Amino acid sequence: MSKIKIVHYINQFFAGIGGEEKADYKPEVRESIVGPGMEFNKRFGDEAEIVATIICGDSYFNENIDKAKSEIIDMVRKYRPDLFIAGPAFNAGRYGVACGTIANAVKEELSIPVLSGMYEENPGADMFKKDIYIMHTKNSAAGMRKAIKTMAPFAIKLAKGEDIGSPNEEGYMARGNRKNYFADKRGSTRAVDMLIKKLNKEKYETEFPMPNFDRVDPNPAIKDISKSKVALVTSGGIVPKGNPDHIESSSASKYGKYDIQGISDLTSETYETAHGGYDPVYANEDADRVLPVDVLRDLENEGKIGELHRYFYTTTGNGTAVASAKAFAEEFAKELIADGVNAVILTST
Amino acid sequence: MRLELGNILIKDIQFGKGTKIVDGVLYVNKEELTNLLLEDENIVDVSIEMARPGESIRITPVKDVIEPRVKVEGPGSIFPGVLSKVETVGTGRTHVLKGAAVVTTGKIVAFQEGIVDMTGPGADYTPFSKLNNVVISCDVKEGLKQHEHEKTLRMVGLKSSKYLGEVGRNVEPDEVNTYETLPLIKSIEKYPELPKVAYVQMLQSQGLMHDTYIYGVDAKKTLSTLINPTEIMDGAIISGNCVSACDKNTTYHHLNNPVIHDLFEKHGKEINFVGMIITNENVYLADKERSSNWTAKLAEYLGVDGVIISQEGFGNPDTDLIMNCKKIEEKGIDTVIITDEYAGRDGGSQSLADADPKADAVVTGGNANEVIKLPPMNKIIGDISVVDKIAGGFDGSLEDDGSIVVEIQAITGATNELGFNELTAKGF
Repeated sequence: MSKIKIVHYINQFFAGIGGEEKADYKPEVRESIVGPGMEFNKRFGDEAEIVATIICGDSYFNENIDKAKSEIIDMVRKYRPDLFIAGPAFNAGRYGVACGTIANAVKEELSIPVLSGMYEENPGADMFKKDIYIMHTKNSAAGMRKAIKTMAPFAIKLAKGEDIGSPNEEGYMARGNRKNYFADKRGSTRAVDMLIKKLNKEKYETEFPMPNFDRVDPNPAIKDISKSKVALVTSGGIVPKGNPDHIESSSASKYGKYDIQGISDLTSETYETAHGGYDPVYANEDADRVLPVDVLRDLENEGKIGELHRYFYTTTGNGTAVASAKAFAEEFAKELIADGVNAVILTST
Repeated sequence: MRLELGNILIKDIQFGKGTKIVDGVLYVNKEELTNLLLEDENIVDVSIEMARPGESIRITPVKDVIEPRVKVEGPGSIFPGVLSKVETVGTGRTHVLKGAAVVTTGKIVAFQEGIVDMTGPGADYTPFSKLNNVVISCDVKEGLKQHEHEKTLRMVGLKSSKYLGEVGRNVEPDEVNTYETLPLIKSIEKYPELPKVAYVQMLQSQGLMHDTYIYGVDAKKTLSTLINPTEIMDGAIISGNCVSACDKNTTYHHLNNPVIHDLFEKHGKEINFVGMIITNENVYLADKERSSNWTAKLAEYLGVDGVIISQEGFGNPDTDLIMNCKKIEEKGIDTVIITDEYAGRDGGSQSLADADPKADAVVTGGNANEVIKLPPMNKIIGDISVVDKIAGGFDGSLEDDGSIVVEIQAITGATNELGFNELTAKGF
């Protein structure tokens, strides 16, 4: 089998060109092994080789991102590599962002596996660890040999398309992708074992590390609601009777937008809930209980609110991935703004 | 409180002239059971079928699964407060038809729940594919309200299982296991050197098809309280819920609660399993606060060093779970929580609706959003056309050849949060 071909990306500093004063160095490709590439090549043995090294100044890259990206991708493409390595960048912030950006772009454009290495506090790590494999490294270049010792075999694994183990086994930063598998013991036995270890102050590994929770601060109060255009948005699954867009009862893949012009009351003949996660009897009897169109029409007539927006947006929150919910809202929030809506009542169930 | 559980191992089920057990085979008199169920005036038609491990059968929508049991010694009877007087159960002796189950199916409201495949890839995800199932489908009289309909089907399952359990009364069990919980002070005196552990079981109580009953009382109308683990083995807790079937506890799960069994396993050796707290999962914030305050207060009062907290359901109950965990940890008591995840079909989304750094010991039953293709089966028991509307199914779930593409949340018991299964998830 021929050797795995690798293109390596480094900055001006690791290429020995210079420090900050040379950070505007434009992308250059050398058909040789430069700087940290030496150590990589040693570790690769007969299995892989660096066929080209691309050098780019950190300032140049970050100040001309689009241009730098396309220049570098063109350089990489020429060598038709099996794998692309950027860095390692340790705790160098701009270098880390450049490594993450270019590695992710190469992955997207050329569809080849990519790898970088960084210290966990490098801003590039947070920005790209979900998109690409980033190996844990120390916070300075003193950790170079150690970093490459783990990166080199993992790079070969990636290039060969072998099964990738967990972040702990392989040494890369958790990408946040949850995958099911069958363990040796049932969950209750695992729980009892874990509790005994916790009680005995022994080391144990949680099966689900708690995420940094996404909390949204409410916007400041509206000064004059009597002049506001108010829209209704719900995750309670209220839809026109018959659920015309087939919004799923759980784990929704879509949302609906429905016209309520001239409607002052939702009745059991006209509206219902598609939501599968709560007792639907009362919402089906009177959908205003979840989506209060009746009350808002009253308030509109009394002049307490400026107007009720002509459309409402709806989905089922039941088991729906947060990422999906976010994507729905990003889309229709733009429409709401374009329609001049300045207040939204969000109802859940 | 001391209970002997005598397991009668059931290897096969067959229809027969009389309902009885002969050499590990459970024979069922179809007519007798049908007539018993037709006594309920809400039921107009009953269909009884058998589904055995490995058979090409798909059962859907599954409402409940129940293990037949009979109380042979000691006060009370099986399913107290529901099928018998509200007497305290959990002492004496109970016989179990191990390996057999009653499965109820039926369509109650627009969205329907629960798939059990007896073979193929889906069978790996549900414990009920390994059982000899007596499957009961009922038609109810027209105009029956949904709450009544649900109750009718719930009673069908319990009555059938009591009827079948009764034939084990005079059969010599293949194995007998004993479970005992001492009064708290005696338990502490007996094992002074062992860490004291309690089990906190959260019970689904969100409304129609999301309810649980304890000695016949609706869990949403209860305060957190103490119960003996052996009471649960005698049917003190029954299930009235099946929506998003993957992480709902069927009555079978309650009867065989694996946390209880695994805590007993280590009891007197590595831990002192002193007792159990049950608490609900109501939808109102005030209820959540009250119930979790009460749970933490009881855990503190018991003076335990650690607890295992099991959840039921997802989303809304994630809040109850985190409140319970946080408040109990704040009392200086170690916790391990058992939950499952909704991380999206690609596994890349946030898994829980609530989180706290104090929840640092978590066991997961897996990502319920993961998609599986279930190949067609030769026989369908129930109503396959509901698959599109099952939680976890989506438009076009049912393909022309009869195979279905669903999230595993549609499979009964797939990501159970009592830790009934081996399925779990890890981060990549």
